[in-house]
Amino acid sequence: MSEPLLAVDRLSRSFGTLVVLAGLDLSVAAGGIHAIIGPNGAGKTTFFNLVTGALSPDSGRIRFGGSDIGHLPAYRRTALGICRTFQNIRLFGSMTALENVLLGLHCRTRGGLLAPLLDVPFRRSSGEVAARARAVAVLEMVGLAAKAHQSAVELSYGEQRRLEIARALASAPRLLLLDEPSAGMNPQETLELEALITQVNRRGVTILLIEHKMSLVMKVSKIVTVLNFGQKIAEAAPAEIQRDPRVIEAYLGS
Amino acid sequence: MFVQQLVNGLMLGGAYALVAIGYTLIFGVLNLLHLAHGDIFMVGAYVGLALALAGFPPWATLGGAMLAAAALGVVVERVAFRPVRSRGSHVTPLMTTIAVGLVLQHVVVKIFGAEPVAFPAPFAAAALALGPVTLSTLQLLILGTSVALMALLELFLRSTPTGMAIRATAENPTVAGLMGINVSLAIVITFAIASALAGAAGVLLAWNFTGLSPFFGVKVGLKGLAIMLLGGLGNVTGAMVGGLVIGVVEALSVGYLESSYRDAFAFAVMILILLARPTGLLGARLQSG
Repeated sequence: MSEPLLAVDRLSRSFGTLVVLAGLDLSVAAGGIHAIIGPNGAGKTTFFNLVTGALSPDSGRIRFGGSDIGHLPAYRRTALGICRTFQNIRLFGSMTALENVLLGLHCRTRGGLLAPLLDVPFRRSSGEVAARARAVAVLEMVGLAAKAHQSAVELSYGEQRRLEIARALASAPRLLLLDEPSAGMNPQETLELEALITQVNRRGVTILLIEHKMSLVMKVSKIVTVLNFGQKIAEAAPAEIQRDPRVIEAYLGS
Repeated sequence: MFVQQLVNGLMLGGAYALVAIGYTLIFGVLNLLHLAHGDIFMVGAYVGLALALAGFPPWATLGGAMLAAAALGVVVERVAFRPVRSRGSHVTPLMTTIAVGLVLQHVVVKIFGAEPVAFPAPFAAAALALGPVTLSTLQLLILGTSVALMALLELFLRSTPTGMAIRATAENPTVAGLMGINVSLAIVITFAIASALAGAAGVLLAWNFTGLSPFFGVKVGLKGLAIMLLGGLGNVTGAMVGGLVIGVVEALSVGYLESSYRDAFAFAVMILILLARPTGLLGARLQSG
């Protein structure tokens, strides 16, 4: 079996006396769509925060593409190819849709933050011109090209969710983490989202999906991991998961 | 008379605005106050003085002061902010930056003495009479330089990737980091830019007043802080507008009322505006949530 793209090893994290993740082991194979489900408070979002570097684990290892990333700051993990969206939309509200995407592209633009200061002042470098073209292409992919110059806060809810995906895609991730991307979407928007997720995955991006809408999970994912009380209670193909008594119990209570 | 004072006020206000922009940029990315910022302004003026006395031309005086202030700003970030940023409370950096400010004042006293010193005029200024208004070429240079620096900054923040990274860091540092921005570096660059602008303001005001003391950063720093509040916390455009408003109020009070009360009038207007608009003239656009 080939090395998984992401592997966490006995990952733990508490907040005060509340244990949110209790020694979680989880591997994500490259190339698929891997869903994580579980009741509220199961530790799903905390897991995302630990993988992306928004939080530090109390203990445990995080390996990505074969190397240990547990000690790296968030921006270095993004550079390695991990990017995410948020359960509560967190776009840059003072910026346009295009600027939000350009920001995601930042880590792929040659030279980093200091380059424009050392470059000829205010001349748009060839790298920047290419970045703009890419940003427009990403906006087209999520169907927002026509709204490129609108402020992010003026977009509709569903559009803002898609813009978050566009911003994350702009960083050219190998692993895309989507935290409840369909939350608050109507059935039509959810169908469009489903198509988008499949399309992104077909382009070679591995997707880790936290989702409450079971219809969406069952349709797009290859494998489903169920968390409860910070531990993995089941992991199988979607059809099997639906029949698993432990999963039914976790959801319905006992 | 009125137009004359208006021009004087705009010139003064432009320099104030440069100081206030620095406060607001730093507050924007850190949500913390940098109370040694006025002293960086003062050190910039003294570096300019040293360069002018050594015979450097005005542009090199200004440029050298900006570079020195930028370097000093980066050092202040290292010693007074970074070690206490993650652990300390909001009060800790207030104390560490006050301490840095005192150290800077006393270093300058050691080198240049505590007495006010004369700043050599950058060139023999000619007077231009435009109807009832008389402008000196020096005033025009001061006003032109501060306006040009503000325009460059606005362009930088709006249209360069680095400027966008600074805006993103100001809006939400956690999300900025998760989107691939090196937040620590963005903060260092912000300090360098803010401090360079303060250094420039130091030389520009020293040219106008033709004298400076190791303690004149305190008053200007306080005014810059007030202007930041007036313009709206973390709002760069607000700091520009606020600086010009306070400069004009000060000049008009000198012209029509009593010159020894100029600061009292400036601060009184600030209090009145804040009573009417508690979030400042332009709200809180750049502020992070």
